[in-house]
Amino acid sequence: EKSKESIFGKISRAIVGKSTVDEDVLDELEDILISSDVGVGTTVKIIKRIEERVARDKYTGTSELDSILRDEIATLLTENKSLDFKDSFETDNLPKPYVIMVVGVNGAGKTTTIGKLAHQFTKRGKKVVLGAGDTFRAAAVDQLKTWGQRAGVLVIDHGMNTDPAAVAHDAVKKGVEMNADVVIIDTAGRLHTKVNLMNELSKIKRVMQKFLPEAPHEVLLVLDGSTGQNAVIQAREFTKATDVTALAITKLDGTAKGGVVIGISDEFKIPVKYIGVGEKMDDLQVFDRAQFVDSLFKK
Amino acid sequence: MFESLQDKLNKAIRTLKGKDRISDINVAATTKEVRRALVDADVNFKVAKEITDKIREKALDQKILIAVEPGQMFVKIVHEELTALMGGQAEAINIKGDPAVILIAGLQGSGKTTFSGKLAHMLKRQGRQVLLAACDIYRPAAIDQLKVLGEQIGVEVYSEPDSKNAVSIAQNAVAHAKKSGKKIVIVDTAGRLAVDEVMMQEVENIKSSIKPSEILFVVDSMTGQDAVNTAKTFNERLNFDGVVLTKLDGDARGGAALSIRQIVDKPIKYISTGEKMEALDSFYPDRMASRILGMGDVLSLVERA
Ligand SMILES: Nc1nc2c(ncn2[C@@H]2O[C@H](COP(=O)(O)OP(=O)(O)OP(=O)(O)O)[C@@H](O)[C@H]2O)c(=O)[nH]1
Ligand SMILES: Nc1nc2c(ncn2[C@@H]2O[C@H](COP(=O)(O)OP(=O)(O)OP(=O)(O)O)[C@@H](O)[C@H]2O)c(=O)[nH]1
Ligand SMILES: [Mg+2]
Ligand SMILES: [Mg+2]
Repeated sequence: EKSKESIFGKISRAIVGKSTVDEDVLDELEDILISSDVGVGTTVKIIKRIEERVARDKYTGTSELDSILRDEIATLLTENKSLDFKDSFETDNLPKPYVIMVVGVNGAGKTTTIGKLAHQFTKRGKKVVLGAGDTFRAAAVDQLKTWGQRAGVLVIDHGMNTDPAAVAHDAVKKGVEMNADVVIIDTAGRLHTKVNLMNELSKIKRVMQKFLPEAPHEVLLVLDGSTGQNAVIQAREFTKATDVTALAITKLDGTAKGGVVIGISDEFKIPVKYIGVGEKMDDLQVFDRAQFVDSLFKK
Repeated sequence: MFESLQDKLNKAIRTLKGKDRISDINVAATTKEVRRALVDADVNFKVAKEITDKIREKALDQKILIAVEPGQMFVKIVHEELTALMGGQAEAINIKGDPAVILIAGLQGSGKTTFSGKLAHMLKRQGRQVLLAACDIYRPAAIDQLKVLGEQIGVEVYSEPDSKNAVSIAQNAVAHAKKSGKKIVIVDTAGRLAVDEVMMQEVENIKSSIKPSEILFVVDSMTGQDAVNTAKTFNERLNFDGVVLTKLDGDARGGAALSIRQIVDKPIKYISTGEKMEALDSFYPDRMASRILGMGDVLSLVERA
């Protein structure tokens, strides 16, 4: 009766016939994944992969299943092979200045992440310039300037209600003039359903490219870790507008698991680079796949 | 990657269509589709299970067995059930006391400060004397943000830029309101995680020191499965009176609304639909049900049934 109602009942039964994984294990797995915001589609995919794997290389108990499971989920998370950010915040092998444009929906944690990034880079002796490209939200420029002070970096701003593309342009220009290592551009929060605001992002990019054709080297999409399935649509729409190259997941210091990034990383092949774990300057970490998967299974 | 909920419901309808009776088995298949759809709409998975079990019983109970269009009838039952679960009439906020105090709380970035401005704007337009109190002493430029909004809407903002004590700022704001003849104080607080004991204690202390007649819990409509944990803890600590759902101008289904209603049984009192000070609306359970179900056409289909 219970299994008939279960979304994955069918898959569960299929596995039961072949090996020692019982339905309870799979039910529990399903609950864990769903409650971590992994989503029905990706959860089905993961369970299917486990089913296949189990059918192929027999196993003996749930502890082995556990490692198979972790393995299968980890492979869905795209590895960040592109650049040298993987194990640290080093910038030695990157073009100079390395221009990062930060985008995302309202309140996701963009400005805070920029402040933390600036701190990580300066801590390593790098020269950083920030561009206050959110000229819209009340006191957004002041917020970034405060972070600039904390991290001890220069913030280029044109004040509120000015053209964000011009700010980005000037920040990149300043970065080149100062021989900076990294330039990070803040942008106003925008919902991906707002066409004009999404077009504005392309414009910001175009204008900075007039000065530095390769810029931005990176478009960092910031996702709130407590966001549910809408994050998938955010990833799709921001990628369409700006060719997102990396993800940052914030607010993982709470009880939300951020599981939605598993499907996103797999579907759009965008690596997760950073996670935010607090509101302090040091609360930014380089994403670690194994650790992230582990955290899904922690109560 | 995801089938739209619309498709799923249509598929569910198709399963039933043409069959003149609904058996236990095809109702189970259909409720399963609905459950998946609810989870994809960010309804908490436990809540989704409870709801679909209930719906299933209802579907079997009603005369659906002999309905001409059992599929449509089924969709109608689901929609009605979700609407009922989210409460009937829109409920107003409690404005009591001299001055009346309204406390705003929630997670980081959920939209508290923006909502505080909107609520002040709305109350002012109703001819009331309002004061905004800036009690977020942590986030960079949080006070400035509220001040900018206050200026936009012509409402005074009480703040103490050098204070490190949110409780005393709140108390002083209430005293200031009394002195200056303001009838309502809206208290904006810092964003906080439910697991942050120090911060939860702070907001509890603010509550007990200024005795608000209304406490509103602000939630981002994009929130996923974790919404229930947060709502539960905030409710345990604050026993809030109502919920504000924000960022509904996007395309999030907003299943969190249903989960929160189920878990803490508190009404949703306002919805936020934009960054402008005017973008504040009342909550309508039937519209929210349609939104969670992703029903545009299906709804009109139901209305004709
Ligand atoms: N607990 C926690 N809070 C965070 C984290 N990252 C950001 N925040 C908080 O989330 C809130 C919003 O962060 P912002 O950096 O202003 O977000 P934003 O995306 O720039 O917002 P807009 O510019 O308004 O769209 C602030 O209160 C931050 O302190 C994190 O990793 N953990
Ligand atoms: N599109 C849209 N944006 C909103 C809405 N409500 C708030 N925002 C935006 O969401 C972001 C965060 O809003 P805030 O009001 O600063 O949120 P908060 O809860 O006060 O944030 P913290 O104080 O950092 O915890 C800002 O960019 C707001 O402009 C809404 O209904 N729709
Ligand atoms: Mg910002
Ligand atoms: Mg705020």
